[in-house]
Amino acid sequence: MIEIENLTKTYHTSDGAVEALKNVSLKIEDCDIFGIIGMSGAGKSTLVRCINMLERPDSGSVRIDGCDMCALSQKELRRARRSITMIFQGFNLLMQRNCLANVCFPLELEGMKRADARRRAYELLETVGLADKAGAYPSQLSGGQQQRVAIARALATSPKVLLCDEATSALDPTTTNSVLELIRDINRKFGITVIIITHQMSVVESVCRHVAILDGGEVAETGEVAEVFAHPKTAAARRLVFPENDGELVVVKSAGERFIRVVFNGANATGTPLIARMAVERGIEASIAYASTKSIGDKAYGSMLLGICGGDEKVRGAIEYLQKMPDIFAQEVSLNV
Amino acid sequence: MFEKLFSADTLSEAWQVISTQFPLAVWETVYVTVLASFFAVVIGLPLGVLLVTGEKGGVLPLPSWLMHLLNVVINLLRSVPFLILMVLVFPLTRLIVGKVVGTAASVVPLVIAGFPFIARLAESSIREINPNIIEMAQSMGASPFQIIVKVMIPESVPSLLSNLTIAVTTILGYSAMSGVIGGGGLGKIAMNYGYFRYKYLIMIAAVVLLIILVQIIQSAGTRAAVRTDKRLKNKQ
Ligand SMILES: Nc1ncnc2c1ncn2[C@@H]1O[C@H](COP(=O)(O)OP(=O)(O)OP(=O)(O)O)[C@@H](O)[C@H]1O
Ligand SMILES: [Mg+2]
Repeated sequence: MIEIENLTKTYHTSDGAVEALKNVSLKIEDCDIFGIIGMSGAGKSTLVRCINMLERPDSGSVRIDGCDMCALSQKELRRARRSITMIFQGFNLLMQRNCLANVCFPLELEGMKRADARRRAYELLETVGLADKAGAYPSQLSGGQQQRVAIARALATSPKVLLCDEATSALDPTTTNSVLELIRDINRKFGITVIIITHQMSVVESVCRHVAILDGGEVAETGEVAEVFAHPKTAAARRLVFPENDGELVVVKSAGERFIRVVFNGANATGTPLIARMAVERGIEASIAYASTKSIGDKAYGSMLLGICGGDEKVRGAIEYLQKMPDIFAQEVSLNV
Repeated sequence: MFEKLFSADTLSEAWQVISTQFPLAVWETVYVTVLASFFAVVIGLPLGVLLVTGEKGGVLPLPSWLMHLLNVVINLLRSVPFLILMVLVFPLTRLIVGKVVGTAASVVPLVIAGFPFIARLAESSIREINPNIIEMAQSMGASPFQIIVKVMIPESVPSLLSNLTIAVTTILGYSAMSGVIGGGGLGKIAMNYGYFRYKYLIMIAAVVLLIILVQIIQSAGTRAAVRTDKRLKNKQ
């Protein structure tokens, strides 16, 4: 378990002090996939860098399985870091080493024998589906493949925790999904706790179980993804959860139309014409005002904004109908927040 | 002064000198350059690494007075003209080699002039490394020493090689200059025959050989740098 308590970090720059983290407290359970989401500059990177002490917090504590990270000596910290590895937005592969040697890197640091390290590295490349690229250099790989190599490298030391700082931000949506799928597999297969930093709502929706919303260096909200996304309480959370409010998306509202937000959190909805069925079974006609969903495997993730005409009864009927489905959450939203 | 440059007499005399003295001179020049470059790298490369890692916020921060001292010493040595430096280090040369003239003796001032230059070049090569890569290594629990030998140096090899080439050609140039006051090799021949005895043809031949040596070193260095660089996508 990762316990972050009252973490504070202030940067002193020539233009004055920047409070990157203010009293941040979080609890992350073992084997969880925990998302930390926030606008640019919210302090996400700072927070994740404080977890492995790449950045020393000014005050507060980070405990991993009861071990106080702030209290470790440099040497102990280096050892601890082997069980808290990290992947990055820019992949950060060693460009002069081939893939196999890149995966060997953390094993070399540990002093593992060369032959053993290569064997293990090869297995890991197989795990991420890149065994055929063992001899290729990073410059010869696509971004998605490079990130897979980085993931294999991060797994080499059998870590307890995997920190992902904007790991998919440089990838296109399809590649993002396949990398997220890999992360989910790894979480399941090896029982590794995963912390995902992102500014993309869709990433959290598709893989995370719990989420914390960071706003201006503070935790605005935290809880289960479905819960937080279905009932965002704070303004910061609503800004992230309802992108339709950010001005980019203009929902054309016809008279008397009301809106329901539907969140798919791994629902078995693909292949089921949900909206059409609702129309047939309940006689409720819904128009889709906004949708950002995707299916991974046979499960649907994401959210949708449905416009419904016909007053209270229809709206309540629709919510009730949709709520009955497993892993779907529906809630009426007012669009003028 | 060049009117009798190609008369039969001067040609045969020049050929005489070239065939008897040049092989040894070329050998001396190459040998001095290689030896001096080697020691200059041995001293300069670690210093170049320290110039980067020793900074505040670097991988291996050193006390700031030490960094200041290092920078001042390097700048000082870099700003003294080579011939004057050569005279200044006579006592040191005598201490190490036992005499101040001759081929072996010129290695000492060449190393003293070469290592600060190499330190600066190595510094700039190592600064080119993406700082995120260093952070990656730290996040995996690499010690400062491991970061230096497993990340910083291997990742900057292509750049180090092309900078090393610059350093070696510069040291070659200095070694020719050392011929003025006691150094051996092609520089000495060019001085002795061209400057003191007005045998310009021999001087020109010596200079041409120096040019050829520089060309060989430069193209070998460039090739090695390109060949080792795994960032370049489309080579064979
Ligand atoms: N090394 C630093 N020195 C000074 N200020 C910094 C430093 N690192 C971060 N900051 C400041 O701290 C705040 C939080 O930065 P941080 O990088 O954690 O944001 P972020 O949420 O990761 O943003 P992004 O999504 O853009 O990566 C920002 O205001 C930033 O300017
Ligand atoms: Mg960031």
